[in-house]
Amino acid sequence: MARDFDFPGGIHPPQRKQASAQEPLRQAPLPSRVVLPLKQHTGAPAEPCVIPGQRVRTGECIAIAQGMISANIHASISGEIRSLEEHAVPHPSGGKAPCLIIDGDGQDEWQRLPSLDWHQTDRDALVERLQQAGVVGLGGATFPTQIKTCSRDDHSIDTLIVNAAECEPYITADDLTLRTYAPDVVEGAGLMALLCGAKRIVIGIEDDKPEALAALEAHLHGTDIGNQVDVPIELTVISTRYPSGGEKQLVKRLLNREVPSRGLPIDVGVLCHNPGTLRAAIRAVRDGEPLVSRIITLTGAALHQPGNIEARLGTPMHALLAQAGWHEAAVSRLVMGGPLMGFELSQADLPVVKASNCLIAATTEELPAQPPEQPCIRCGACETACPAGLLPQQLYWHTRSHDHDKAELFNLFDCIECGACDFVCPSHIPLAQYFRAAKDSIRFRHHEARKAEHARHRFELRQARTEREAAEKEARRQARAAAVKRKSRDRSAGERHETTLDTSQATGGDDVKTLRIAQAAAKAAVRKAEKALARASETGDGDIEDLEVQLATAQENLKATESRLEAARGTQENAQ
Amino acid sequence: MLDFVIIDNGIVLAIVALASLSLVFGALLGFAGERFRVDDDPIVEHIDALLPQTQCGQCGYPGCKPYAKAISEGEAINKCPPGGDSTIRDLADLLGREVRPLDGEAEDMPKVAYIREDECIGCTKCIQACPVDAILGAARHMHTVIIDECTGCDLCVDPCPVDCIDMVPRPSTLDDWQWPFPAGPGQRTPAPGLIATDRASATQGAVHG
Amino acid sequence: MSLMHASQTAARQASDSGRLMGWVITATLPGIVMLTWHFGWGVITNVLLAAVMGVGLETLVLRLRRRPVATTLSDNSALVTGILLGASLPPASPWWLLLVGMTMAIVVTKQLFGGLGHNPFNPAMAGYALLLVSFPVDMTQWAAPHGPFGAQAPGVIDTLAHVVGMTPQDAADTWTGATALDAFRNKPEMLMASEFWASSPLPEGTLAAWYSVSLAWLAGGLLLLYKRIIDWHIPVALIGSLIVAATLLYAIDPSHYGSPLFHLLGGATLFGAFFIATDPVSAATSRRGKLLYGAGIGLLIMVIRTTGAYPDAVAFAVLLMNFSVPFIDYYTQPRAYGHSRPRRGIKPKIDHDEESS
Repeated sequence: MARDFDFPGGIHPPQRKQASAQEPLRQAPLPSRVVLPLKQHTGAPAEPCVIPGQRVRTGECIAIAQGMISANIHASISGEIRSLEEHAVPHPSGGKAPCLIIDGDGQDEWQRLPSLDWHQTDRDALVERLQQAGVVGLGGATFPTQIKTCSRDDHSIDTLIVNAAECEPYITADDLTLRTYAPDVVEGAGLMALLCGAKRIVIGIEDDKPEALAALEAHLHGTDIGNQVDVPIELTVISTRYPSGGEKQLVKRLLNREVPSRGLPIDVGVLCHNPGTLRAAIRAVRDGEPLVSRIITLTGAALHQPGNIEARLGTPMHALLAQAGWHEAAVSRLVMGGPLMGFELSQADLPVVKASNCLIAATTEELPAQPPEQPCIRCGACETACPAGLLPQQLYWHTRSHDHDKAELFNLFDCIECGACDFVCPSHIPLAQYFRAAKDSIRFRHHEARKAEHARHRFELRQARTEREAAEKEARRQARAAAVKRKSRDRSAGERHETTLDTSQATGGDDVKTLRIAQAAAKAAVRKAEKALARASETGDGDIEDLEVQLATAQENLKATESRLEAARGTQENAQ
Repeated sequence: MLDFVIIDNGIVLAIVALASLSLVFGALLGFAGERFRVDDDPIVEHIDALLPQTQCGQCGYPGCKPYAKAISEGEAINKCPPGGDSTIRDLADLLGREVRPLDGEAEDMPKVAYIREDECIGCTKCIQACPVDAILGAARHMHTVIIDECTGCDLCVDPCPVDCIDMVPRPSTLDDWQWPFPAGPGQRTPAPGLIATDRASATQGAVHG
Repeated sequence: MSLMHASQTAARQASDSGRLMGWVITATLPGIVMLTWHFGWGVITNVLLAAVMGVGLETLVLRLRRRPVATTLSDNSALVTGILLGASLPPASPWWLLLVGMTMAIVVTKQLFGGLGHNPFNPAMAGYALLLVSFPVDMTQWAAPHGPFGAQAPGVIDTLAHVVGMTPQDAADTWTGATALDAFRNKPEMLMASEFWASSPLPEGTLAAWYSVSLAWLAGGLLLLYKRIIDWHIPVALIGSLIVAATLLYAIDPSHYGSPLFHLLGGATLFGAFFIATDPVSAATSRRGKLLYGAGIGLLIMVIRTTGAYPDAVAFAVLLMNFSVPFIDYYTQPRAYGHSRPRRGIKPKIDHDEESS
């Protein structure tokens, strides 16, 4: 049944999953203090809704999602809000970000949401629950889950993929999740399939996880599965190859569908979810428990007891590592995420966040320092390894010389940054970093260009307004002058003819004509701007704010020409 | 005798032929130039697109568009401090001119205006000065800057009678962070690495905290 | 950014530029040993001198270019270039010949273009081609086979004397001979191929010597394939197209053209297929590109051997195909994931730069 379709390239790095996969899942002790960054997800940071000194219970919402793409943050222990401050967070820059810090009381007093029966509850309430519970993708991308389910509205989705491939070396968090909580994961998949309208569920799992596979099979062959999940479930075992767990690669391998360039799996009717996310989703709905903990792999040769541990979000990493018996002096690199796509941390005093799926405390022997970059010898190994069918060495030349246009031409944005090219490069070129840097730089330039364009539009609006004000002032002055003149003319009717009026009449006539044309043009511009704005607000693409500014500018221009026209007409009438 | 000279002398014939050819093509070119003339010079738009649109007037022109127009008429390309060297390079590329060092001081980092609100007397002078309407407020009420709209042109600083406007570095978040480019061949790409002192303090925290 | 590297995780393939080149050097050993077996110590002097010159010249240029010497030399590429050029020159070539060739290879072809990875042409073959057109006489005089490890060959001393240009007049004959390809090319027009071979035009065992040398190169090539230092695409395409072309010609006129076996083993075909054409820097990169590139070399070898002025053609064929690598690369780009079809060539983006100029 396991039809194996394929994506190009791929590599077989040493798996090194043994150490952490042998141990059963452990529960981390309750931390005495947690640090919760306001941004643990893709999108806008959440806004705090608590004040220092306030008592919170576990599961209480302490920061509310802002804007379209964002997620709530919940207290992961009960206690007192200590402060809102800048604290170091796990980020490749090693920088700080605003975090809420909670001093625990050791009680772990919960505040749960009401439990929902997802078969009986309507869809909107379920989506809202996911949003309330701050559920995000736990595979590492941390995209808010409810937004993915909402994509049903404009895409028809037929398949829900449970991405249990977990292809990156060292990481076993999904493996242990499946082994320990297979029923939860399957039920979560059922919930998600219901929400997105999928007709079937496909669980994709690599063949190096026999125990997880057995747990899943045991559960799927159980009797009560039909009552729980309404759609058929397929279990597809694929051979181990990195990066099968990449969304696009997995879609290709399981369904032989190819996600279009710059598209998402929903474009081919597929939604992918990670087992951890599904478990978090079902817990949010069935048990009313917001996302306050996650399963994290602690591994690396510098640990005496590697394994997986379920830890509260915000727990300091050093506490977890100490628990796993880290031989501190032996740690040469501390990595969050996998060794291929993760990043190095410069300290261990960082909180566990929603994205922390794995911590590797590596010794020098297992992950030696990056050797110096050598010249590219065009050996083509990277091309053979690239799972996106790109030409990394061409991209390398162009990104290195900052020729961004060329890099985009060679499909830089189809790179999934999996690091397979880095892994095989005999010259130790950090290719993926070149590509990340180039992408960031291109995005930054686009952003700056958009901002400059917006500033220009605002400047134009201001100019148009100033002009309109001047025109209106002029019109009023003309009207006053005309009134005065009319009065005086009435008084001395027929006595004297003003010669100056003749000239003004001639120019006035001309003005009226050109101003009429200008008025028509301004009206057309307003209509055009209105249309553009209406289209943008309908489809949701385009910068609505910027279009509003443009519309306002057009309206100002119209008003200005109208007042000028009025003034000109006034003069003309005066003259007659 | 005369027609003998004209017809048989190769040189004269050549000259006549060339002259008539150049007349014909000259006329054609002249006609085409008139017929297909572009009224609006599109180069101004292209130049304007490269300018940073801060509308700061540091170039001596009232806004970016006028400066763009001036450049198209021969003004120097190195008078835009907010754009800095990269803008000069882009302009030089576009216009085929030479890259010249910036006339004036480059800004090292993007800035935004910040009004010390308790000192503001609500005179609206800065609102009038702002080229992009990025300052909110009404007469005799304190004003405030919309950070997202502020271009950092500092045109509002001088008009303020109580000197309550500062130019501060634009606040940056981790989202603004960009992956750095690796150092290049022959170099090691710097990795963060654990810092020994951090490690020590971290353990202490673990033990005592 | 990957924190894990194939080179650091003990995999079957060597995956570090320096070690990669190290394996290439190892793989040349059977060929060099076999050459020495048949043609005497001159092969060793060639290879050693050229390798030393390669490293020396590279160091010199790196110093002048103010580049790190030690890290660059550690990629071993200058050593490989020296060994390959040394192995392709007539045994016991005089030192100045080697120096000119290596200067062309290392200084002009490689470093002047920006060093390893930037050279559009194969350095060893550029050096070889320069020598061939400049010193045709010295380049086409190949030593006669001397039996196992030069039983009748000049000793080490004599060889060294020849290298520094002090060969006694009466011993000059020892050094002159012709390769099998050369002899066959220059056979009298009216002589049938069978008659030609029957007339034993070459010293005893020449053909066998060449065949065995070719097989030794093949062994080295197979090692490279096994260690995944090279892909199979280029050698297979090269050998395939050469065999096809040679078979066709042989089928048309066996009296005039050499047999496919002769073309395959009688010259530097296998050496070129595994050691020269597979130089990644100057070869095409995509898999389809490599197939085209290899096939092109194979065809060109046959064209030059049968119609050109030079007996063996690997150098020229490789250099000609080096020219076309950018072209091949543009037109053989793989289809990127998520794109409906592969891009053919570079479509320049139309931007404002063009309108303004």
